[in-house]
Amino acid sequence: MKEFINLIFSTDFVYSIFRVMTPLLFASMGAVISDIAGTPNIALEGLMLMAAFSGMYFSYLTQSALIGLVMALLTAVLFAGVLAFFTLYYKTNIILGGIALNSLASGGTVFLLYLAAKDKGTSVSLASKTLPNIHIPIIENIPVLGGIVSGHNILTYVSVLAVAFTYYLLKSTDLGFHIRAVGEKKAAAESVGISTTKIQAVALLLSGVMCGFGGAFMSMGYVSWFSRDMLSSRGWIALAAEAMGRQTALGSAAASFLFGVADAVSNAAAAQGLPSDLVKTIPYVATLAGLTIFSVRLYRKQKEV
Amino acid sequence: MNRERSFNILRTATAMLAAILVAFIIIILISDQPVQSILIFLLQPFSSGRYIGNIAETAIPLIFSGLSMAVLFQAGLFNLGGEGVYFMAGIAGSIAAIWLKLPIFIFPLLCLAVGAGTGILVMLVPGVLRAKFNANEMVTSLMMNNICYGVGCYILNNMMRDPTVSTLVSYKYRSAALLPTIIKGTRVHAGILAAILCAVLVYIFLYKTKWGLQVRATGANSKFAKYSGMSVTKVIILVHVIAGAIAGCGGIVECLGLHKRFEWTALPGYGFDGAMIAMLANNNPLGVIGAAAFVAYLRVGADLVNRFADVPTEMISILQTLIILLISAEKFLHKYKQKWIEKDIYIGEVQNEGVH
Repeated sequence: MKEFINLIFSTDFVYSIFRVMTPLLFASMGAVISDIAGTPNIALEGLMLMAAFSGMYFSYLTQSALIGLVMALLTAVLFAGVLAFFTLYYKTNIILGGIALNSLASGGTVFLLYLAAKDKGTSVSLASKTLPNIHIPIIENIPVLGGIVSGHNILTYVSVLAVAFTYYLLKSTDLGFHIRAVGEKKAAAESVGISTTKIQAVALLLSGVMCGFGGAFMSMGYVSWFSRDMLSSRGWIALAAEAMGRQTALGSAAASFLFGVADAVSNAAAAQGLPSDLVKTIPYVATLAGLTIFSVRLYRKQKEV
Repeated sequence: MNRERSFNILRTATAMLAAILVAFIIIILISDQPVQSILIFLLQPFSSGRYIGNIAETAIPLIFSGLSMAVLFQAGLFNLGGEGVYFMAGIAGSIAAIWLKLPIFIFPLLCLAVGAGTGILVMLVPGVLRAKFNANEMVTSLMMNNICYGVGCYILNNMMRDPTVSTLVSYKYRSAALLPTIIKGTRVHAGILAAILCAVLVYIFLYKTKWGLQVRATGANSKFAKYSGMSVTKVIILVHVIAGAIAGCGGIVECLGLHKRFEWTALPGYGFDGAMIAMLANNNPLGVIGAAAFVAYLRVGADLVNRFADVPTEMISILQTLIILLISAEKFLHKYKQKWIEKDIYIGEVQNEGVH
């Protein structure tokens, strides 16, 4: 137990929080943007999974991590586009559309993985590339802080930028204003000449970009391979984080941090030899508990009003 | 038959055809002998009693999960917790089937009851959170899936694991607990009777009882249901109890019908399949049987192609996606619906003029 506590207060542990938080940050920003526009994208999990596969596969084909990243982004945006097309043009219920995309991603990536690597589990036999870790000069040499802040994968820094971007987008740009207007009152937005379909499509595509980054991080940063269902519900945890962050960029980022801590604790506990089956459920239990507390508080507040 | 209904049938049929067409395209792209592979995919499942039996046995768990989702969808709830319920009910029912000692006939029924009870408990978590505090049932149910999987694996590893077998499986079930095979030469087991009975009961519940009406009213318009004095909270909890019981039954029926031990090492995937089957059936419990049979046919076909022609079975998930997207697309084939309705109105007007 003492060892475990020491581990929790080590720089390595805090470092690992940022590491596991990265996909959650990306996905929860995707959730914020699409939800505010009134088209909640629940396919985050699937989009990230497809992006993860695409990044792994194309970086293997071209031996270039950059091309892998670009293809991961394109894949996620393409399928976000499919979702947008069906929901906005064919009027598919967005929740059912999201379920369909998630199911496609889960089976489709295994299908392609088998064709590419003759393996239905992982892609370790394909030598794919990873995105570089960045060592920040000067800060790198500061004790404690250097160990926590420096040396992360480049996408971890991008994920922090993504939060800033989402915050700025929704707060201070015309597009952000339109997104909020469309989500708030569609008819009113339309009456002043905003094309709601276009704005919602843009919002869904933006959430696709976020998922592209999140997915690329999983297969080209977090680990250096693709494995089936490797997102392990991170897309759904991000949705819970977005709900707890009340659809704000900063609130969702804070909630993502909490779930990142839970994830890091579970990894650390597994390394200590605690029963791994149970320890692995910590992030999900934390999410369930977090969402419950949040919902109860919201419910009480609404009751008082 | 009214236009709305025949339009729904047309759309469903189109989605099914599109799925089969996409399967053709995939097979042509991948297989070395495309024509032969397509024939295997389409016809082989009907070529022998054994394969038809395979379709029936594959359909059994799909019927249960489809029914469970249909009840949830009818109430307007998007709960994807069927996955976790299947796994957990399988574990709990298996514990009963391994360690209890009861006479034949009563034994499997008791195991089913244990499975159903476990399913209810698991489903009640997202159900109560949604009913009382309006927590998003989809997120909570998916978290429950992962939690069930972790807890189930822990129990399997530490209590039920048979150390004499190298793979991760439980001890053998007592033979009195197994569901008997009912058709000779196949693996079709008594679970199919339970599945069909279940479909009939759910149909009666939804369409012939007061509670069923409340469920459907809540799904159609929960505000209206509330204002007409129905308790939406009660309906949500009731629906979760029923869905949990059905999915729980499905989990343990699959274990006791097809296996001699608990053999799942991953979530079985029936939760998501249920969503698609319920949609194919337009949430009608009796339609679920047909939809499950169709999906089972696709699966057996894909499985045979996989064996003979090296096309991965995961092809199925691509077909499933297409089916969900097309069936839920309100504007898909909308032009034809519009034309039909206009024609009806026109005919109506002509007849009216004749009267005057």
